[in-house]
Amino acid sequence: MTDAVGTAAHLTAAPARRGSAAALRLRAASEYVVIPILAVVAASLIFALFLLALGKSPAAFLDLLWIGGFGSAFSWSNTLSRAAPLILTALTVAIPAQLGLTIIGGEGALVLGGFAAAALAVPFVGSGAPAAVVLPLMALAAVAAGGLWIGLAGLLRLKRGVNETISSLLLSYIAIAVTLFFIEGPLRDPASTAKASTLPIGAAYAVGKMPFLKVHWGFAAGVVAAALLGVLMSRTTFGFAARITGGNIRAAQAQGLPVGKLTLACCSLAGAAAGLAGFFEVAAVQGRANASLAAGYGFTGILVSFLARHNPFAILPVAVLFGGLAAAGGLVQRRMGLPDATVLVLQGFIFVVLLASETLYGRFPVFRISGRQGRA
Amino acid sequence: MSAHLAIVLTAMLGGAIRVSTPFIFVALGETLTEKSGRINLGLEGTLVLGAMLGYATAYETGSPWAGVLAGGLAGVALGALHGLLCSLPRVNDIAVGIALMTLGTGLAFFFGKPFIQPEAPHLPSVPLADWTGDHALAEALRVNPLFFVGIATALAMAWAFRNTRVGLVVRTTGDSAAAALAMGIPVDRVRVLATAAGGFLAGVGGSFLSLSYPGSWNEGLSSGQGLMAVALVIFARWSPIRCVGAALLFGAAGALGPALQSVGVTQGYYLFNAAPYVLTLLIMVGSSSSVDAHRAAPGELSITR
Repeated sequence: MTDAVGTAAHLTAAPARRGSAAALRLRAASEYVVIPILAVVAASLIFALFLLALGKSPAAFLDLLWIGGFGSAFSWSNTLSRAAPLILTALTVAIPAQLGLTIIGGEGALVLGGFAAAALAVPFVGSGAPAAVVLPLMALAAVAAGGLWIGLAGLLRLKRGVNETISSLLLSYIAIAVTLFFIEGPLRDPASTAKASTLPIGAAYAVGKMPFLKVHWGFAAGVVAAALLGVLMSRTTFGFAARITGGNIRAAQAQGLPVGKLTLACCSLAGAAAGLAGFFEVAAVQGRANASLAAGYGFTGILVSFLARHNPFAILPVAVLFGGLAAAGGLVQRRMGLPDATVLVLQGFIFVVLLASETLYGRFPVFRISGRQGRA
Repeated sequence: MSAHLAIVLTAMLGGAIRVSTPFIFVALGETLTEKSGRINLGLEGTLVLGAMLGYATAYETGSPWAGVLAGGLAGVALGALHGLLCSLPRVNDIAVGIALMTLGTGLAFFFGKPFIQPEAPHLPSVPLADWTGDHALAEALRVNPLFFVGIATALAMAWAFRNTRVGLVVRTTGDSAAAALAMGIPVDRVRVLATAAGGFLAGVGGSFLSLSYPGSWNEGLSSGQGLMAVALVIFARWSPIRCVGAALLFGAAGALGPALQSVGVTQGYYLFNAAPYVLTLLIMVGSSSSVDAHRAAPGELSITR
């Protein structure tokens, strides 16, 4: 399937000598990079027309996008801080996608993970318990909560044949409702009047920033998680079995592959990634659990994963791109007088065009491995 | 206590009718689409865009019924887009639905900003129980005319599926594309039309959200109703009539939180808000693997496999 996408980043260097197996493979794999890029370009053109029709300048939009997302050290740190949860929520989609499952409930797993982390930390505040003990416990609680939540969608799929796309989104709404219940009720900080929150976790249990980058450690965690899961999915027996299951579940069952265990493991890993994103949102960004946790990272992560063709390595650059888009959103809103949903509209265009571009695969002879030499 | 119970039950009856109306429309639209062999998960986006455009049109024209029509037309546009995209080879209908959820919501929020404040005219309501003289009951049974339109549509659809040529064409397309092709039915065109028509119904359901009393347009208007309707269709086993019953059940679940709040039970308001989702999930657990559901499912559908 898409296993060679990771190596295809250097497609421009492909001289495509006939007969060189590596070059031919690279040429074939470059299809998975060229077509998504074409889709993003086409969607951007549609979006430019959309802006022109509203009397706004696409050039100004691009300019602000650059300034707000990538133009300065400050905007880079903003971009990467937003890319961190996007990497993790995209993994929530990408890992089950190897099995052919479409999970869209990352938002709820993130919120629940963040809430679990905060709920665990609050009793320790002021107790003097060392951060070296409490922080790992918080992360563990977040990962467990997220993992259980998406794992449940996998379990329902497995045992009862419940469609995982719908059930994961329903579970997401339930997670957010349960979290709001605790934040508005039993665990509410009485001092939080305007916006209900839990008690702050305090500076003692806050996750700091990485040296040099001024980005919280969640970004590093995201990169490590993507790399680990990428290796797991493309270089291990586990990943191989998962991809076979995704390709043809009956063949996998006939081979005696543990389809049930694979489903549960992949869904739990996926939810754990979103839960970890929630942990960093609480420990490194918000400092407490509140409704701001449901900021849409889970939904943008879906698009990031589709654009990366569910390849964990390819998720990294795509997440940074969309992190930049989110980071520039405020600037675009202020300078151009556009509503904050502008970014959502652009995302919608990209998503629709990207899925339409699925039909282009295999239509360009330039990507074909001509003859049979390349296959050996 | 029994007085409280009566209030809660009355409020739930009224709430069930009110909350169920958009469910009826979205579920009927989804039934039509799924009968033709495709799933449109984008109806969540259609619902939001229909609500926004319906409200904006009603505000600009002064006619709530023009708003209903505008909401429906927004649904036709999104439905036709879904249908056409899915007619391309190798394009996945579930994924396109997720994308249209994003696009529909994005467009609605983008263009809807200026309409959050203004007051648009509401649809009139039909007083069903004013003659009883019971204030609470009269209040609860001021029913929106779209509720009756929804029930009429359900009856008409059920009749048309069974008795008309169009109904047969749609059902054949959904049960076996190969058989439909052999009969000379243009499969893709039927599906595009069925998805567009289904989008119309969902868009009308969306316009109800913003145009029914005491509604207004805001960004939190729909939270998953479009998606729950997809689950509801499975539960209703693709029968328009059963869709109405299922929608009423969902409506009652959705009305539970506000009804309890009206008698002063505010503890756990957010938990009661989760009730419709929990109910949907339980219903899916119960109906997804049931033999009846499998027998009734259109053969070309990828969601029950």
